[in-house]
This record gives sequence, C-alpha cells and structure tokens, in this order.
Amino acid sequence: MNLEFTPEEQAFREEVRAFIAENYPKHLADFGMREDMAREDFLAWHKVLGKKGWSVPAWPVEYGGTGWTPTQRYIWSEENARINAVMPLPFGVSMVGPVIYTFGSEEQKAKHLPGIRSGEVWWCQGYSEPGAGSDLASLKTTAVRDGDHYVINGQKTWTTLAQYADWGFFLCRTDPTAKQQEGISFILVDMKTPGVEVKPIKLLDGGYEVNETWLTDVRVPVENLVGQENKGWTYAKFLLAHERSGIAGVARSKRGIEKLREIATHETLDGQPLIKDFDFAKKVSQLEIDLAALEITELRTLAGEQAGKGPGPESSILKIKGTEIQQRLTELTLEAVGTYSAPYMGGVSNDNGSNEHPVGPDYAQHAAATYFNMRKTSIYGGSNEIQRNIITKMILGL
Amino acid sequence: MDFNFTEEQGMVRDGLSRLVREQYGFEERRKAIASSEGWRPEIWAQLAELGILGMPFSEADGGFGGGAVDAMVIMEEFGKGLVVEPFLPTVVCAGGFLKHGGTAAQKEEHIGAIVSGGAVFAFAYAEPKGRYDYADLETTAKKDGSGYVLNGHKAVVIGAPWASHLVVTARTGGERRDRSGVSVFVLAKDTPGVTTRDYVTVDGRRASEVYFENVAVGAEALIGAEGEGLALIELVTDEAIAALCAEACGAMKVAHAMTVEYSRQRKQFGVPIGSFQVLQHRMVDMYTAYEQAVSLTYLATLRLGSDERTRKLAVSAAKVGVGQSARLIGQEAVQIHGGNGVTDEYAIGHYFKRLTIFDSEFGNVDHHLKRHVALS
Ligand SMILES: Cc1cc2nc3c(=O)[nH]c(=O)nc-3n(C[C@H](O)[C@H](O)[C@H](O)COP(=O)(O)OP(=O)(O)OC[C@H]3O[C@@H](n4cnc5c(N)ncnc54)[C@H](O)[C@@H]3O)c2cc1C
Ligand SMILES: Cc1cc2nc3c(=O)[nH]c(=O)nc-3n(C[C@H](O)[C@H](O)[C@H](O)COP(=O)(O)OP(=O)(O)OC[C@H]3O[C@@H](n4cnc5c(N)ncnc54)[C@H](O)[C@@H]3O)c2cc1C
Repeated sequence: MNLEFTPEEQAFREEVRAFIAENYPKHLADFGMREDMAREDFLAWHKVLGKKGWSVPAWPVEYGGTGWTPTQRYIWSEENARINAVMPLPFGVSMVGPVIYTFGSEEQKAKHLPGIRSGEVWWCQGYSEPGAGSDLASLKTTAVRDGDHYVINGQKTWTTLAQYADWGFFLCRTDPTAKQQEGISFILVDMKTPGVEVKPIKLLDGGYEVNETWLTDVRVPVENLVGQENKGWTYAKFLLAHERSGIAGVARSKRGIEKLREIATHETLDGQPLIKDFDFAKKVSQLEIDLAALEITELRTLAGEQAGKGPGPESSILKIKGTEIQQRLTELTLEAVGTYSAPYMGGVSNDNGSNEHPVGPDYAQHAAATYFNMRKTSIYGGSNEIQRNIITKMILGL
Repeated sequence: MDFNFTEEQGMVRDGLSRLVREQYGFEERRKAIASSEGWRPEIWAQLAELGILGMPFSEADGGFGGGAVDAMVIMEEFGKGLVVEPFLPTVVCAGGFLKHGGTAAQKEEHIGAIVSGGAVFAFAYAEPKGRYDYADLETTAKKDGSGYVLNGHKAVVIGAPWASHLVVTARTGGERRDRSGVSVFVLAKDTPGVTTRDYVTVDGRRASEVYFENVAVGAEALIGAEGEGLALIELVTDEAIAALCAEACGAMKVAHAMTVEYSRQRKQFGVPIGSFQVLQHRMVDMYTAYEQAVSLTYLATLRLGSDERTRKLAVSAAKVGVGQSARLIGQEAVQIHGGNGVTDEYAIGHYFKRLTIFDSEFGNVDHHLKRHVALS
C-alpha cells in the first residue's frame, strides 16, 4: 500500500496548478466569500475550461472528456478547491450530460453536448415536487402525447438556479396507469417555452437559489424525450449515481478549515488568539481528523473505481460524512466569530442589495448565513436519512 | 419543593399567551420586522398596560413585586412567539442595574419610565475584541471634574435602534481585563457624542454598533461604585441569562411541537414521515433535550438569589445545557422539515435562527463550560 501520488500524478498536479494560476478569472477569487454571483460569474471559469477541453473531465473522450484517471480527476478537483474556484454547475456536466450521451439520440447529442461542454447553456433539474421529495417516484407532473408534442402540466419545486436556466431536464408521468416507477419519462424542456414559469423561493439565509417551477400546457416536441417513453426512472437512477461523485467535498472542507484557523488567529479570547484556546483548537482538530478519515475513504472508493468497480452504495457514506463535516465547519466558524454572528448583511446567494461596508470583521459577514444555508446539504441530493436507508438495505442487507 | 406557579404568575402567563397568540402570528411578526421601525411600539404599550414591564420590580420601586420567576414566565411566552420587543435589555438588564445598583434618584428617574413604557433601554456591553469577557474593555470613562468622558465602540447592541437610553460598561481604571476598574453608566441615547450604526440581526431583531466620542456625562450617570461594577454586571447578566434561557425554552417548545405536527401531516412513501422510527426517536431526543433545558432554566432562575458561586454554577449550567438543547432542537427541526425547513416562508427556520443566535449572547456553551469548570 502506498498513499503517495505517482511522479506522473505529481507532474499532472503541477500542470493543473499552473494552468489554474494563469487562467482562473481574478475577479472570482475565493468564491466562498461571495454572495453577489451573477449568471456570468457562475459560467466564467466553465467557459475557460471549455476552450481548454477540461470542462467535462469525466466524460468519454469521444464526447469531449479528458481521459483522465479517477485519481487525476480527484487532483483536478482538489486544485480547484484549493483556491475555492467556482466550478461548472453539476446540472449540465455531471447530470444531464451523461444521460444524453448514454441514452440520448444522435440529434440530442449533437444539439446539447456542445453547449454543456462550452458552458454556454445553463441547465436545471426538475425532479422534486411539493408532494414528491424523498419519495421521488410519487411525482405527479404529467406529459400527455398530442401528435408530435408532449403537453406537460404540473408543479416542480426546489429547482436550483432555474432563474438562469436555458434548459431543464424534467421527470414527468407519461403513463398514469403503470406502477409508480414505471410510467415516468425523462424530457428535456427549453425553459423559454410558453407555460414555463419560474418563481423564486427565499431561503432562510435570505438568498434565492431555488425556485418553484410551474408548467402549464407546456408543448414540447417529442424529439425531446430522452431514451424510451416510460423508462425515465432508469435514467434518473443512472444520473443519481453520477450526482454523487464529488459529493464529499473534501478539498473544499480542507480550505474551509484553513480559513477557520485563520479566523481563529484574529479572534481573541483572554487576550490570546482563539486558536490557542485548547477547547476551540480541540474542536478544529477533531474536524480535521474526521476529514482525514473521509479523504482516505474517498480515495479508497476512487481506487476501487480505478480498478473497475462502479461507485456503489459506499458513496452514501461519502455523502453523509461529507455533509456532516461541512455543516460542522460552518458551525465552528459561526462560533469563532462570536458576537458578530448576529448582524445580517445579506444572504449567501445573489441578493445583496447593499454596498455598505459590513459590520464587524469581513470574515464574520456571512458566517451565520452560510451556516443556515448549509443545513440544506443533509436534505438535498437524497437526504442523509435516505442515504442511511440505502446503506441499511444495500450494504447491511437488512 | 414546589414547581408550581402562583395564581398571579398563571394569570400573567395566560394574558401574555393570549397576546402572543392573537397579535404575534408569524405573518404579523414578519411584517413588523420588515417594517422600517422593525418592532411594534403598540405592543410595547400593551405590555406596559398589562403590567408586564413592571412585573419584576418591587412595589417600593414602582413595580408589581414580582421576581425572577415572573421574568422567566414572561420570557418563555416571548420565546414561543419569537417576540422581538426589547423586554430583556430594558426590563431585565437596565432594570436589573437600577434595582441592584441604582441610587434612589436613578430609580426614581428611570424605573417609573420603564414600567409605563416610556423609556426603552439597550445594554451596551460587548466589544469587538472582548469575546464574552465583561472586563475586557477598550471603552474608557475618564474622570472629568465631577463627571466622566466616555470613549469607545460597543458591538451588536441589541435593541439600540429602538432605545431612548443606554446602559454602558466602561473602564474607569486598572488594566485591560482586570476585575477592578470596571464601571457602569446610564445615559440618554441622544447625549452628544453618541452615534450608532443600526442594522437588522439574522434572527429578525435590530441592533447597533454604538460609538462614544468624548461623551460627557455627569456623576449621576454612574451606577454603583466607581471601578467596582464587575460584580454588579455579573449579577445582572446572570439574571439576563436565566431569562434568555426561558426564552429559548419557549422557542424550543414550539419548534418541537411544530416538528411533531409536521411529521404527522407530511406524507412520503404513502405514510406520514412521523411513522419512521428513526425520526420518532430523534423527536424523542429533542423532547428530552427540551425537558432537560427547562429543568436547568428552573435551577438557574431559582438560584439567582443564592451566594455568588452557587448562582454562577447554576447559571452556567443552564447556559451550557440550554445552548446544547437549542442547537440540537433547531437543527433536527429543520432536518425533519426537509426542504421546507430551509425556506424563509416556513416558521420553523425562524425558530432555528433565534435558537442559533441565543448561543452567542452573554457567553456561548464553551465559555460557560469553562466558567463551570473554574468554579467546580
Ligand atoms: C437547497 C435545495 C436545493 C435543491 N435543488 C433541487 C434541484 O435542483 N432539483 C430537484 O429536483 N430537487 C432539488 N432539491 C430537492 C431535494 O432533493 C429534496 O428537498 C429532498 O429530496 C428532500 O425532499 P423533501 O424536501 O420533500 O423532504 P421530505 O421527503 O418530506 O423529508 C422530510 C424529512 O423526512 C425524512 N424522511 C423522508 N423519508 C424517509 C424515510 N423513508 N426514512 C427516514 N426518513 C425519511 C427526510 O430525510 C427529512 O428529514 C433541492 C432541495 C434543497 C433544500
Ligand atoms: C444485567 C441484566 C439483568 C437483568 N435482570 C432481569 C431480571 O431480574 N428479571 C427479568 O425478568 N429480566 C431481567 N433482565 C432482562 C431484561 O429485561 C432484558 O434483557 C430486556 O428486556 C431486553 O430484552 P433482550 O435482552 O431479549 O433484548 P431484545 O428484546 O432482543 O432487544 C435487542 C435490541 O433490540 C432493541 N429493540 C427491541 N425491540 C425494539 C423495538 N420495538 N424498537 C426498537 N428497538 C427494539 C432493543 O432495544 C435492544 O437494543 C436483565 C437483563 C440484564 C442485561
């Protein structure tokens, strides 16, 4: 056994690091601290990577992938997280893209893959509904065949950043008589189609990153059906396996811990830097230990993948521990800033209308909002309870 | 032993409970905190009318002869409705300083005004570098003739935008973090040299950064003996902590009840999510945490009149235990509400926010665990 990266992998890391240093948009430095992101900001790095051919590293080479090994991809994401880069959004790159190149028609591949690669086209995911969250298969939105169109009606919710989206991939019921999982289809919808209405939902940090999406008599050409009618659940499940890659967020949490330590050198307790306080330092160390365990667990999963084992239910462990660590990190940051956790200076995403200088130190500005915002991570992408249910069934066999 | 409330306390609770139910609905609260004032002076007037603002003052001081238990009952009801009106800074904090340290003239001047609803106070004690240490002060009060000149910056002064008066802590002597040399002053907010920067807090209240620039006050502004304010500050803030804990208990009770109710209503996989044992057990743990928090709040409240060490041990125990319960209940309540839990529209997130900020007021869990260790 050996934990070290090979010389080739080291060289790859150097190459990646140099490329990032030269090309990453300066105005998006340390994205973790920013709350006023616009569509262009989200896409800026994506577009640079598109030109370089690095925007969809995990895709097969024939569709524009890099051919990197899982370890190289890991190094890539680590180097990006090291500077807190704004990564390409997952909806196109890791969700709908793989579904299209695996199950889509040639026309769909030709039409949609280039825009995803280049970062020109923004996608959103229309799965959840008010009554269908954890129990996704109970979704009610219908798509009824009418000549060479589907007519879609229903309400989706929690559609992340749909306010910017050009296209959405939607799960719709095409056979109301079939058993729950069997009558569902996977349909691509141009978000500018008449009848698509997106209404923002305000989250408790004050930001707007999710929406209600209403679909009223939305006419979509049948060519937009991916794969076969009524087989959408299969594609949805395939997609979820892809969604989980990178879910542990190890590199980002590492950066977060560095930041936390930095904050704790500025904050004082009894005239000493807070980080010198044993109780506080102990908690930071505990977090680091948990993160180290998670990192190696992720690397073990990666090694398995490299050896040809697909990501299995073990990815649920990554989701649970990864989100718990992220949440604990924001909690400790909140604790570190103490009294200045209370002032409200705008949400984490997109709504900071004020140009006023923050109250208290800069690093305290969004500590509370970030903590509130990060509660979502144990809820979305299959809640942590659902992940535990998966482990119960798939690993423990109960 | 007697854990019952008196008939009068029962009446206060019923009256307040009605007021909160009828006039402090979630939508009404939302409107009020979004308004330019950020609170409702008419509610304040009603609290005065109901005798709530005079409850914890002795009859001799112009109050209604209540005490810490009354404050607890009141704050718990406020917690249930996430009431933002500044009862704690005005009645518990400023009122506490006047009660325990005020001269006859100071009491005369201020207590009546508090009881009638005419004066609103904020308590300016925290500083950007102080981190829960009341003696770690950069704010100074220099003797000048018979009076003092104040200079300094106070951080996150809750309720200051609404206040007519301030109670301020400042160093009149000694070295930074010395136990001696700390003094307490009371002054009108419009005293020349006092400026504020007002803002909203994440839990829907209002606060200010308060700046003192050569603020001249007379000798009558000093509460208690010069340089010997720390013991008084510790007493009053211990009372404030007990009251805050009661507020948190009220908020936890509602957050827990809402979660249980939601789990009954919300169906997934064809059944109410409350039928999943994993959620049931967690709601049981929340409930247990709530009951433990109530017990520690009673303990702290009932020990406020004990000797200093006993009092501090009980108060720190409460701040630790209630802080831990508040965190658990807030986080679990949001989790069990799923996506709805993280929206602004659902009330549960607002309880979560209040329960989160609770920890940073008057010393967090770590701070009070340390104080408990030091006294044990
Ligand atoms: C910020 C955010 C962004 C999102 N982005 C998107 C998006 O872009 N597209 C999209 O389609 N969806 C999105 N979602 C939706 C997300 O996938 C759902 O919120 C999630 O599946 C949970 O569903 P729910 O909110 O309806 O909660 P519910 O399913 O009602 O769950 C409520 C609680 O019950 C628990 N629970 C439910 N079933 C079980 C069970 N069988 N056993 C034990 N516990 C259970 C849950 O874990 C949770 O704690 C997003 C959600 C959030 C919060
Ligand atoms: C030291 C000792 C002294 C004892 N003394 C006596 C005695 O003097 N007289 C006497 O009659 N008995 C006595 N007992 C027996 C004791 O009451 C049983 O051990 C107890 O009721 C648990 O039963 P069990 O050991 O069969 O475990 P089980 O009932 O098999 O339980 C195993 C595990 O499953 C869990 N479990 C069971 N049902 C559920 C459920 N519905 N939901 C969730 N979890 C569940 C349990 O909590 C436990 O964790 C004693 C036991 C011990 C260990």
